[in-house]
Amino acid sequence: MSIIAVTPRRLSRALTHTAVLTRRNLLANLRLPDVLLLSTIQPVTFMLMFLYVFGGAIESALPPVAQGAYINWLIPGILAQSAVFGAGPTAYGLNNDRATGVIDRFRSLPMARSAVLAGRTLADLTRSTAILLLQLGVGVALGFRWQANVFGLAAGVAVALAFGYACSWIMATLGLAVRNTEAIQAAVYLVVFPFTLVSSVFLPTRTMPGWLQTFAENQPITIVANALRGLMLGQGALVPGQTVTGQTMLAIAWTAAILAVFAPLSVRVYRRSVS
Amino acid sequence: MEEPVITVDGVVKRFGRDVRALDGLSLTIPAGVIYGLLGPNGAGKTTLIRILATLLPADAGVVRVAGFDVRRDAEAVRARIGLAGQYAAIDNHLTGRENTEMVGRLYGLSRRDARTRTATVLERIGLIDVADRRVKTYSGGMRRRIDLAACLVGRPQVLFLDEPTTGVDPASRRELWELIRDLVGGGTTVVLTTQYLEEADHLAHRIAVINRGRLGSEGTTQQLKDRTGGAVLELSIPDTQHAAAIESLRHVTAVPASYDRQRGALVLPATDGVATLREALRALDTAAITPTDVGLHKPSLDDVFLTLTGADHTVGPGRPFAAVADTGAHEGSETS
Repeated sequence: MSIIAVTPRRLSRALTHTAVLTRRNLLANLRLPDVLLLSTIQPVTFMLMFLYVFGGAIESALPPVAQGAYINWLIPGILAQSAVFGAGPTAYGLNNDRATGVIDRFRSLPMARSAVLAGRTLADLTRSTAILLLQLGVGVALGFRWQANVFGLAAGVAVALAFGYACSWIMATLGLAVRNTEAIQAAVYLVVFPFTLVSSVFLPTRTMPGWLQTFAENQPITIVANALRGLMLGQGALVPGQTVTGQTMLAIAWTAAILAVFAPLSVRVYRRSVS
Repeated sequence: MEEPVITVDGVVKRFGRDVRALDGLSLTIPAGVIYGLLGPNGAGKTTLIRILATLLPADAGVVRVAGFDVRRDAEAVRARIGLAGQYAAIDNHLTGRENTEMVGRLYGLSRRDARTRTATVLERIGLIDVADRRVKTYSGGMRRRIDLAACLVGRPQVLFLDEPTTGVDPASRRELWELIRDLVGGGTTVVLTTQYLEEADHLAHRIAVINRGRLGSEGTTQQLKDRTGGAVLELSIPDTQHAAAIESLRHVTAVPASYDRQRGALVLPATDGVATLREALRALDTAAITPTDVGLHKPSLDDVFLTLTGADHTVGPGRPFAAVADTGAHEGSETS
């Protein structure tokens, strides 16, 4: 195996190919109106469901910073959750590309190796961005009031999207490593559901049993949700001992760590994948 | 002699412990021909195509394509090949033009070059009129053609087609054949796998019969047919005159004529083709026997295929190959 030096020419080729494939993947979203519609309605519906089903029961358990409104607690959490859910399609897309022989074609072309995965993850990031902004808009319309300044709000969205992007590389690895299309669906849910549910996304973790609480408080999605709440609502949203900066740094560290492990891993799996 | 465009030398590919998909396969492919890889399911054809197209590494052996080692210079090989797999690897939601331009960009063409080259290729392939329709509205044959267009946009020296006409209706198949033949006229070398003997027969200049990961036989279609034993002369003669006819034909060929129940005719090997036919008719005429029907047949590639991939080797011109096929491929018979 040869190690190829990164020259400006190779880099520019990789960027061009990534742009070409990002466009291809985004067009797939835009040109399938049913998919586009459902994939945007679904996260908003979920948000409304949690808001109105859980809301009343939970409001009394919320810290004062939420001002007795569940929506103020829920929105930062749901943005974190959506960013993670938004990574799922990376797995489905790549799995489908392999099943239909598209990956074979790409691998037979004189292409930058990273472009297929980068093009896929960037397209999914773009779609996630649109969905998060839509959720945020609906949230504000329904009464979400962030307490910090606009920069805090923007920083929160950015942290969520960065984390979601890192998760896309986990999904890329899964999507290429698991061959069966139905199995991949199950695999994605197996990873995504426990992590988003056993977290502070919907509820404060302190009512959970001790052992579960330990997991819930330390797993990355909780940390991302904490960072978002800190950035959007302020210090009052965090339990004593946590700081906004601390949680944000921790969220960024998780993002970087996931990328550092799964980006090279998925490229490795990609190079070996044959339909 | 011109250097072959593809050299495969002693290639072994294992999957897991037990499966040897390729078992020491060697062959060379000259430039500018259509080369058919023919063999039953699981023979190793697709595995070979994947190794040639740099998708799979071989476990042993050396493979060179267009002057480069597929392992050490995979990038250089990829710049010179095109691959159309068993499924048309194109995007349904994109138009024919968008699909082709995209692959052009991935071959390294500039936006402008990709655009002009795409127009040229679509024109040539006969899809320019539907170029701006989404591929999901295309027929199966059109999908295959746009898949070919996507390969051609990069001006490959070597084009790999894995079962290019599988699942395509007969009319579209003929169009595809026409197209593939045109490509070779332009200097491209085409390597295709097929399970259809008819396809290999019509299309390929040279054929390699692959069986169980090994090379069964190799040569021009004509050479392969000749190797199976020349032409067959069939004479339909009224039952009552069989004995007399066989007697009168005794001196025409070295092997005596015999009655073939399956074909309902007397058959004899026509070693000298039409000359044998003429002599046979003269002999019958002398004996005052008039055949009701006469046929001089080349052995079909079907016959060759059955002979080379596990069917009985003792099949001679006097016995129908169909009967051999009916008894099933003889397990364990040596073929290579």
